[in-house]
Amino acid sequence: MSYQEKKVFVSIISSLLIFTLYTIYAVNNAEEGSITSASDFSFWGSFILVLLPVSIVAKIIIHIGFVIFNKIAANEDEPSFEDELDKIIELRADRISLHVFFIGFILAMIPLVTDLPTYFTFLLLIVFGFLSDLLGRIAQLYFYRKGV
Amino acid sequence: MGKDAISNQIRILRFHHNEMTQQQLADRAGVTRQTIVAIEKGNYSPSLELAFRIARVFGKPIEEVFQYDDKQ
Repeated sequence: MSYQEKKVFVSIISSLLIFTLYTIYAVNNAEEGSITSASDFSFWGSFILVLLPVSIVAKIIIHIGFVIFNKIAANEDEPSFEDELDKIIELRADRISLHVFFIGFILAMIPLVTDLPTYFTFLLLIVFGFLSDLLGRIAQLYFYRKGV
Repeated sequence: MGKDAISNQIRILRFHHNEMTQQQLADRAGVTRQTIVAIEKGNYSPSLELAFRIARVFGKPIEEVFQYDDKQ
């Protein structure tokens, strides 16, 4: 497995871990009724606002850990630049991410015009935000393995 | 136009150039080893610029390194 493939694989695992652990933490510490409230959306606002920095910091720490571990285990340095293949793969993966998030955004509008609870809108935005990142990474891994 | 339409002789040329490693070729062409691996396997057709750089490493004209199969 090449360095790039390992890096994407670690990124997938860290995304899954961070999102799952943070969701469990946020739900367990939520005030009674705040998740399903029809008028107070502070839970969802704080969920998104806290998840973003937590996710960024955790990913940076995991990446540093991966670089150090990989250097010790495989004596392999991180490539100092991105070449044309990396850029093409990233662009294609980003396009898939964008499509997934766009579908999620459209679906998230449905609760606003139907009888579905409004918190479904936030739930769908968060779930599809996570899925877009995850599927983009999986696509990246696929393109590295199968080619573009 | 499928990516399989472009074949290459990179593996053979590396062998004939003192068994040059993929990493050595990657360094001289200015790409990562992953990209050389993908090109050799036929999983990626390089840009024209990169194709010229690779050909120049071997001191060959581009058509001796890359071939286009127009049967498809």
